[in-house]
Amino acid sequence: MKQTISVLVENRAGVLGRITSLFSRRAFNIDSLAVGVTDDPAISRITIIVDNGNSVVEQVEKQLNKLVEVIKVRTLDESSMIGRELMILKVSANAKTRNNIMTICDICGAKVADISPTSMTMELSDTPDRVNTFEEMMRPFNILEVARTGMIALQKGGGKI
Amino acid sequence: MKIRATQAIMECLLEQGVDTVFGYPGGTILNIYDELYRYQDRIHHVLTAHEQGAAHAADGYARSTGKVGVCFATSGPGATNLTTGIATAHLDSSPVVFITCNVGENLLGKDAFQEVDSTGIAMPITKATFLVRDAATIPDVMRQAFAVAATGRPGPVLIDFLKNVTAPSQMIDYDFVPWRENRRLESLRSLNASHQLKNPEPNRQDIEKLLEMIGQAKKPFLICGGGVVRGRAHREFGEFAEKLDAPVAITVMGGGGFPGGHSLTTGMIGMHGSRASNVACDECDLLIAVGCRFSDRVALDPATFASQAKIVQIDIDRAEIDKNVLTDHHIIGSARKVLALLNEKMPQYHHDVWKQYILPMRAPSVAAESEVLTPQQILDVIQRQAPKDTMVATDVGQNQMWAIKYLHFNYPGQLLTSGGFGTMGFGLGAAIGAQMGNPDKRVIHITGDGCFRMNCHELCTVEHYHLPIISVVFNNGTLGMVRQWQNLIYDKRFSATTLDRGPDFVKLAEAYGLKGYRVRTRVEMEAALDKALADGCGAVIDCVLDIDEMVRPMVAAGSPITDFLLKEGTT
Repeated sequence: MKQTISVLVENRAGVLGRITSLFSRRAFNIDSLAVGVTDDPAISRITIIVDNGNSVVEQVEKQLNKLVEVIKVRTLDESSMIGRELMILKVSANAKTRNNIMTICDICGAKVADISPTSMTMELSDTPDRVNTFEEMMRPFNILEVARTGMIALQKGGGKI
Repeated sequence: MKIRATQAIMECLLEQGVDTVFGYPGGTILNIYDELYRYQDRIHHVLTAHEQGAAHAADGYARSTGKVGVCFATSGPGATNLTTGIATAHLDSSPVVFITCNVGENLLGKDAFQEVDSTGIAMPITKATFLVRDAATIPDVMRQAFAVAATGRPGPVLIDFLKNVTAPSQMIDYDFVPWRENRRLESLRSLNASHQLKNPEPNRQDIEKLLEMIGQAKKPFLICGGGVVRGRAHREFGEFAEKLDAPVAITVMGGGGFPGGHSLTTGMIGMHGSRASNVACDECDLLIAVGCRFSDRVALDPATFASQAKIVQIDIDRAEIDKNVLTDHHIIGSARKVLALLNEKMPQYHHDVWKQYILPMRAPSVAAESEVLTPQQILDVIQRQAPKDTMVATDVGQNQMWAIKYLHFNYPGQLLTSGGFGTMGFGLGAAIGAQMGNPDKRVIHITGDGCFRMNCHELCTVEHYHLPIISVVFNNGTLGMVRQWQNLIYDKRFSATTLDRGPDFVKLAEAYGLKGYRVRTRVEMEAALDKALADGCGAVIDCVLDIDEMVRPMVAAGSPITDFLLKEGTT
């Protein structure tokens, strides 16, 4: 089961390494990881998605809480969070296929970021599921390159972690 | 007040009540040692033969005194030589502040001479690491480091100073703050947001629930873990055990948390646990583990561990709950606080039927007579002839298991042993630290011939500082514990375990300016120990043992706790 862990940490050198090493020493893989500074420049938010058993994630969450640099840890419940991922995707495109591609972009809410005689580059920010759907729809047009940021997330409502 | 940066480091040590540090100088840490020279009347520096010895000594000092140990080393190899010592302290939750220096900022990351990423290396084996690049932060960092090392579940912390930060020209603001008031400082309060500096208050409902469970139990069983020792909760634990009137097993780390000679003690539990402990664990209906993390040497097979019991874990570290063994109930808090609260409300119980079933399984505690010397005889002699409060530092392997099995430990810090990391060579360093911290007590170092070879160069430290440490070498000419596995599990293929080689430990002791004795019988052992104790100077007693002596009983790794591969008994 995929789980989303949101971690607030002190924004300084070595912190990211300390956190990821907690995962690596238990030999489990991080599906995605996004780091960025928060409204307070001294604090960063790390959003980690892992695909592992509940007990393992619970164990890592407890270990994370013990790190001096970690301010808060929360496992976010899928139904009560806003999660978004940014994807930039480049496909082959020519005069014949361009319209079909545009239709799919309209349906999925993707924006065209760049265009050339032989290619189109789109950007889409959405839930990882819908980003996946868009990628699937683009596959027949010959995807040239994809870059994804990994999901960032906040919980719904007025509460803060 | 403006003072030199290095002076601030010394002042901060004094603030924390540090009067003894262990270490080894070198190029990048020269400025700190230069400052230490000026402070030598207030901070006693103990120079060891090797950084690893210094690390173990600081660890042994911390374990035996309950204070925070301090250890210095230079960059590069100095720092990497500490790592085994840091990991040893980490696995056994021992509070030590390690101070290293690194190359200057201008050389950082350029593979300069003796440069290594010390904080990076120490990251997974410390509670926290600090890389100091700005001299002005020194007082904050020092106070934070000591606070982190000593609070909650204790553990090691590493501070790495860049050399330019310690330059004599660096002047910084420093104001003396007594350590008790440290916690009110802004820099420490900010730490509190991310890090539990206060010991958690035990939840009252959790306490009530456990009292209820105890009320229903017919066959309760207690485990005294390392948390009782680190938390200095031996009095509370003793009262609790007596009120509960249940058998008590003591883990390797728990030695000293509950008197070894107590009428309720069933001794060790787990791989080399006594039959009484392991059967009690298997058949009890309520298991209460205090400060015990159910390591793979205790809960050999988590699936069958205490399968008939409700398992209750009392621990200061939330991350330990349900980590290795799934529990039915837990209480978060220091052993001392939790047990005191339980004791307040708990009536006196009597579990005579259960006790009369378990306690007679204990093996006789007197060594059988024999022509050749046996491990139990050596330890009998020590138990009888050494002062009752003698501190014992062990190495790792058979010597460790025998010492813990046959000696009685009665207060926290009396037993110093590398239980978690299993570091061969820990004993002599730890003994030096313990003797430095407890000059009025006797310290005996129990070791094997393999372990002793690893760090016996610290005998020069024993001699130089006139420490009356007695090293008792269980010399069976082999890596005994590994050979034991080879004997039992590897069809007697003794691959690379036979130590048929020098040095002659008696001559070695003499070369270091210490007394050396070789003993082959119980009578010789009695005479040698008598003499060594009376002499009051460092000594080595080389005890010649049979190569196939084994630690009994034994349960193989991963097996149910009562599946004894080797039964109790002397043959």
